[in-house]
Amino acid sequence: MTRPADDLLLEVRDLHVDYPLRGGLLQRRRGTIKALNGVSLSLRRGEIYGLVGESGCGKTTLGRALVGLAPQAGGEITFDGVRLPADGRRDRFARKIQLIFQDPYASLHPRKPVRELVGEGLLINGLASADEVDGRSLAMLERVGLNAEHLYRYAHEFSGGQRQRIALARALVLHPQLIVLDEPTSALDVSVQAQTLNLLKELRRELGLTYLFISHDLGVVRYMSQRMAVMYLGHIVEEGETETIFERPQHPYTRSLLASLPSIRHRKQRHKAALQGDPPTPIDPPPGCPFAGRCPKTQPICREQNPALAPAVGDPAGGGRDHRVACYFPDLPGEG
Amino acid sequence: MATASPPLLAVEDLQIRFHTLRGVVHALDGVSFEIARGESIGLVGETGCGKSITARAILRLVDPPGRITAGSIRFEGTELLTLDRRAMRTIRGQKISMIMQEPKVSLNPVMRIGRQVAETLLIHDRSLSHRQAEAKARDMLGSVSIPDPARMAQRYPHELSGGMAQRVMIAMMLVTRPRLLIADEPTSALDVTIQAQILDLMTDLIAEIGSSVLMISHDLAVVAETCDRVIVMYAGTVVESGTVDAVLDEPSHPYTRGLLNTLPDQVDPDRPLQSIPGNVPSLLAPPVGCRFAPRCPEAGPRCRRETPAAYDVGAGHVAACFLHADGGVA
Amino acid sequence: MTDLPGTPAVLDRAEIRRLRRAARYRSWGDSYTLWRRNPITVAGTLIIVFLVLVAAAAPLLATHDPYNQILSDRLLPPSAEYWFGTDNLGRDIYSRIVYGSRLTILIAVLVALISGPIGLLVGVLAGYVGGATDEVLMRLSDIFLAFPKLILAIAFAAALGTGLENMIIAISVANWPGYARLVRAETLAIRNSDYIQAIRVLGASHARIMLRHVTPMCFSTLIVRVSLDMGAIILIAAGLGFLGLGAQPPAPEWGLMVSDGRNYLVDQWWVSTLPGMAILIVVLGFNLLGDGIRDILDPRQRQG
Repeated sequence: MTRPADDLLLEVRDLHVDYPLRGGLLQRRRGTIKALNGVSLSLRRGEIYGLVGESGCGKTTLGRALVGLAPQAGGEITFDGVRLPADGRRDRFARKIQLIFQDPYASLHPRKPVRELVGEGLLINGLASADEVDGRSLAMLERVGLNAEHLYRYAHEFSGGQRQRIALARALVLHPQLIVLDEPTSALDVSVQAQTLNLLKELRRELGLTYLFISHDLGVVRYMSQRMAVMYLGHIVEEGETETIFERPQHPYTRSLLASLPSIRHRKQRHKAALQGDPPTPIDPPPGCPFAGRCPKTQPICREQNPALAPAVGDPAGGGRDHRVACYFPDLPGEG
Repeated sequence: MATASPPLLAVEDLQIRFHTLRGVVHALDGVSFEIARGESIGLVGETGCGKSITARAILRLVDPPGRITAGSIRFEGTELLTLDRRAMRTIRGQKISMIMQEPKVSLNPVMRIGRQVAETLLIHDRSLSHRQAEAKARDMLGSVSIPDPARMAQRYPHELSGGMAQRVMIAMMLVTRPRLLIADEPTSALDVTIQAQILDLMTDLIAEIGSSVLMISHDLAVVAETCDRVIVMYAGTVVESGTVDAVLDEPSHPYTRGLLNTLPDQVDPDRPLQSIPGNVPSLLAPPVGCRFAPRCPEAGPRCRRETPAAYDVGAGHVAACFLHADGGVA
Repeated sequence: MTDLPGTPAVLDRAEIRRLRRAARYRSWGDSYTLWRRNPITVAGTLIIVFLVLVAAAAPLLATHDPYNQILSDRLLPPSAEYWFGTDNLGRDIYSRIVYGSRLTILIAVLVALISGPIGLLVGVLAGYVGGATDEVLMRLSDIFLAFPKLILAIAFAAALGTGLENMIIAISVANWPGYARLVRAETLAIRNSDYIQAIRVLGASHARIMLRHVTPMCFSTLIVRVSLDMGAIILIAAGLGFLGLGAQPPAPEWGLMVSDGRNYLVDQWWVSTLPGMAILIVVLGFNLLGDGIRDILDPRQRQG
């Protein structure tokens, strides 16, 4: 990498995550689910990095691998200059990297009052004395828009948006540097989503946070992130500045994804689905480009060897220095 | 276009109550709308606005503790709310069918999909033989673009992807050529590329059969692309309705305006998103007057006193807001 | 102590106390509403409360000494003097049933207190740790579960020797594997849930997760199961008593009393039937109560 090293908060290199697929009477191993198949990306301090893709593409697995919830089969993760243990142990890093789950209805313990939900991390990490815990929890709850009234309430007494705020307070009370947001608003209604996204932006500014923002909602990612990556079947297929990706996508998958998006503004131009068929399963994937099976431009080479993520070429607008694409036959601007 | 002949479906002043631990939930109040033959209507709103329960009420599938306490639902001139059970069963599935959000949950896990589609036919047409029904089912699977229908008919639901399962659901629901198809968030559980496929498929098939559609969705963009008219609901009431173009280009109810403004793809990333202040009111004790008044930037004293009627704001475009009434909000 | 930025909020102690109290009232209020809403639960509760009151006030309620034998008055039918009649040794059946309630409660409560925690511990360990630990613990419990509970309890009671204490141990031994299975299944579901994963992300140790987060979740399921099991425990105790392997004469244990009367069932029906009725009512009470507790402890019931 040519960027100055101190600019980077997180660097993921060639990360692999495999899950065994078991089946049959004796639960014998029948295959391997390659959830992540050599993913590399880096996050700069203070940025919001978007990660998009359809279900099963590995975006959630990537987020979980960062906090030690997915088995790392290869590659390395470097956080703030320190290499994270590959066995998933994150005790020393728990207070530095936090994860917000997609479903706030599932991520809060149903039998603990808010006070314990939020205070737990402080106690575990020995970050506050027993009589300081409540005060710190409350300060953070107030910051995310809740108050002392809520300390002794249980998760089931809150709306989805409020629950997600509690989950945020639980993560933020540790003052982490990186927060992995795994579809933080996809379980929420649009009006609540707007409040939550605004809050996330404010908090990042105030607390100097870095976000890895995972979402299937391209509109939200466009609004939130400065840079982003598009994932397909355990691979990153395109990466770059968000505006570049939206305005001048080069990977055929990215283009199809953007074209499939229903839109209020362009509703009159209702087009036929850009992509036929289902995404393949990540069980023992064949060699070659992961998108080859559905791609309109597939050539023999696409089925033989997986194209590497390489700097995008031929973008007259400059395309941003970070634009990278993994395709032998990228859609060059002006092509159609 | 529906001025001469009576509408296919007319819902009038529908009211639904839920009796719960904390009291009576006023889930639906004074909901009225009509669906003309061949028309597709989108019902949009946020969680709890009453859009799904409205759909279930049309099929008389409101389960306790919920109860339809007032109103009328007329389908082809027949009042559904007082219809006897047997007659209601022949309407369900044959004349009105419903596609659910989670196709995998809605399909029978232990029956081959070909059988399931055939079963729907057999229920409503006893003159069919099993063999005929299975053949028709295979044709139907083919027409929802399931590759190799003869082989796929032998599969079980768990062997299908979400998109395929939703195609099977559509096949099941359309095989009887219903007059009205209710689709409750049919693509919310699917990825966008699959969503686009399914929406195309539904649009094409429905045009071919000539069914009317009631599409329930939280996603305004989906409704915008697939429907003729849209009904916006809030807290158990209809706040605005009209053609898709009229409502989305000139939203006349402050709630609709707020909803459109909260969409992230409508604004510049450097500006904060507009949000609707406050929360959806509890329907245990809904606000007196307009239910949106407590969150409305334009509310006046009248809004907290009286319930607004549906005021005309243009060709077939109505909004339940005093801004459009004589005397305004004061 | 801390190197965190920012300052903690200042808490008003009185305010916090008020909030905590309000939370408790709210929770009790909900429980009460859920309890009251289901007449079956209310009936079960009333039966069990009645049982406890009878046991507590046994000396006041009994009309005779439960051990006193008046051989001249043997096998008398129910009358004003002997409300439920007398048995083959001339003892007042009513007074014996009243005192017997103490034994019934003692057995049910002790068995629950012994087998419940064992099942909880084994189940949480097996489910959370998994692997070899899980295999060993579950195969062990499978061995126990391969026999009907009553047979197993009979075997242990016979091996340990007769007597109330040994009977309680025998029933507990027969009882825990069921709880361990239940708790293990629950733990498997809980350990993969987002809220447990979220606590792992906070850096919690496995011991902490098991003790403070998984166990409390299993607790309510276990309580429901145990309360539903109370009836079965009482029945097994009665069965062992009936077979002479449990409480020994002259203890007024209900099963033993049913057994005593079996030779007189045709002509002197009250000797067996009335203690049998007591067993039936109490078992029914526990079952109804158990069902109700399940509804009350289910957080989903409180959503609306």
